[in-house]
Amino acid sequence: MRSGRRHRLVFAVGLLSAVLALVWALVAGDMPISLGEVFAALGGGEGMTAAIIRELRLPRAVAAFVSGGLLATAGALMQVLLRNPLADPYILGISGGAAVGALLGMTLGVAALAVDALAFGGALTAMLLVFGLAHGDGSWTQTRLLLTGVIVAAGCGAAVSLMLALAPDTRVMSMLFWMMGDASAAARPWPAALVLVVAVAAVQPFARDLNVLARGELSARALGVQVQRLRMALYVLASLLTATAVTLVGSVGFVGLIIPHLVRLVLGNDQRVLIPAAALAGGTLLTLADTAARTVIAPQQLPVGVLTALIGVPVFLFLLARHPR
Amino acid sequence: MSARHGDEAPLLEAEGLALQVGERWLCCEFSLRLVAGECLALLGPNGAGKTTLLHTLAGLRAPSVGQVRLAGKPYAAWPALEAARCRGLLVQQQPDQFGASVLETVLIGRHPHLGRWGWESAADEALARQALAEVGLQGFEAREVLTLSGGERQRVAIATLLAQAPQLFLLDEPLNHLDLHYQITTLELFRALIRAQGMQRAVVMVLHDINLAARYADHVILLDGRGGVIAGDREAVLRADLLSQAFGHPLRRVDSAGRVIFVPD
Repeated sequence: MRSGRRHRLVFAVGLLSAVLALVWALVAGDMPISLGEVFAALGGGEGMTAAIIRELRLPRAVAAFVSGGLLATAGALMQVLLRNPLADPYILGISGGAAVGALLGMTLGVAALAVDALAFGGALTAMLLVFGLAHGDGSWTQTRLLLTGVIVAAGCGAAVSLMLALAPDTRVMSMLFWMMGDASAAARPWPAALVLVVAVAAVQPFARDLNVLARGELSARALGVQVQRLRMALYVLASLLTATAVTLVGSVGFVGLIIPHLVRLVLGNDQRVLIPAAALAGGTLLTLADTAARTVIAPQQLPVGVLTALIGVPVFLFLLARHPR
Repeated sequence: MSARHGDEAPLLEAEGLALQVGERWLCCEFSLRLVAGECLALLGPNGAGKTTLLHTLAGLRAPSVGQVRLAGKPYAAWPALEAARCRGLLVQQQPDQFGASVLETVLIGRHPHLGRWGWESAADEALARQALAEVGLQGFEAREVLTLSGGERQRVAIATLLAQAPQLFLLDEPLNHLDLHYQITTLELFRALIRAQGMQRAVVMVLHDINLAARYADHVILLDGRGGVIAGDREAVLRADLLSQAFGHPLRRVDSAGRVIFVPD
């Protein structure tokens, strides 16, 4: 189609921005490192600079990029699943479940890896709980799913508040950082990167079905889309992506909500284009936000979730005001 | 139902069909047979189950009793995409949640004709543009659907169904939101489609206007909302006494210039 060339151009720009954002994340920091040193380090150089790049900045930049991509993809999928442009990856309580797990681990003072495991377990528990409850009587309507998810999220919120109130003062800070989203402790981003790549590739052959589903369930069924099966697959996939992201960097807000919107404004609502573009844009935004979070008032670090919200809220309000609906 | 085309294989067949919603029977057992070139209208008061019946005939809802066959095969034996190439459903208007251009919306109708990895080709786009022209929306291709009026959106939905190019058209209140001119144009369009030479097409439509049903339908199914069904040729069903009883309002038959009109008293 005619729009193909424009899509390729936008993708080229997106890819370039992503690379530039990642390079900036490697160059910027307390200790300025030149571009040449960065390439030397990535190429297997020795010394302290190379160690900082390879063991600190690279994992952190990749973690930010991957979780941004995961959240934006999950957000786009949730919006189609719930047929609601205001849905975000957290709306069905996935991040609430992860927060309960992670904070429980922190309260008990377990190791970082165990906190991750508890967060992922909590997210999966919330996912199965919402799925089971919403599916209860065999029907599976959007409203029922949404209501169940929102209620489970509220329950998790209460449990989180309880743990924060009871936790010793020394641990409250790290708990709050986890909840606002923080990429500084993400040391093992590569499995999540694989999840992102596989998920975006796996959605592609079904993306046109998502376009049809977005027009309404009944028309989708009449057009030969297996709606029930597709919805369940969407739910499980979006939940897994969210759980992976939240486990990696905590519940970073707004990426999953505004990135699909931004991409939709630029490229339209064709999921075949929207989903890979959202993954790219989400990754880029979170990488930029995370790099800013650790450099703006260095040596003090800000939780990246605060920055995405600070960027996200005005952008979102601006878009809402520009597109009255 | 048809004596004229008794030897042809029916496009749509229902045998001993009965529908139940909760504890309530919408219609008692009846049968129907629709061959290519015919138009069937479903009439009845609000809540009588016309839409439920239409969805059952579309294979989107299992009948409580009996069987529905599309082109000789029960729906269970049809792969979903293959069925979507054979029958299309115009649903009652639902609010759109996401913006899209008119052309993109109409291209959705090509979905069952494209492979898993397929993108719409120039030929699909040409079909979509032609469908838009047929409903009087040429020049609207780039318009945002959310900015259209109710009647224009209804015509976009009809164009989407035309782009789907099924043999059996199932229409749920196709005249909703349409002005008088487009009501007649739309019914004429479907009449021309099913009468086109060499095309095996038929129409089932839910209508509210008895007089348009009298003008365009070959067969009528009248649901009375209490489980009663009267099915048959137009002349046999569209009688003042039967209609008055079904709609719970006295109607009078008027013959005017070769046309039959029913006027509420």
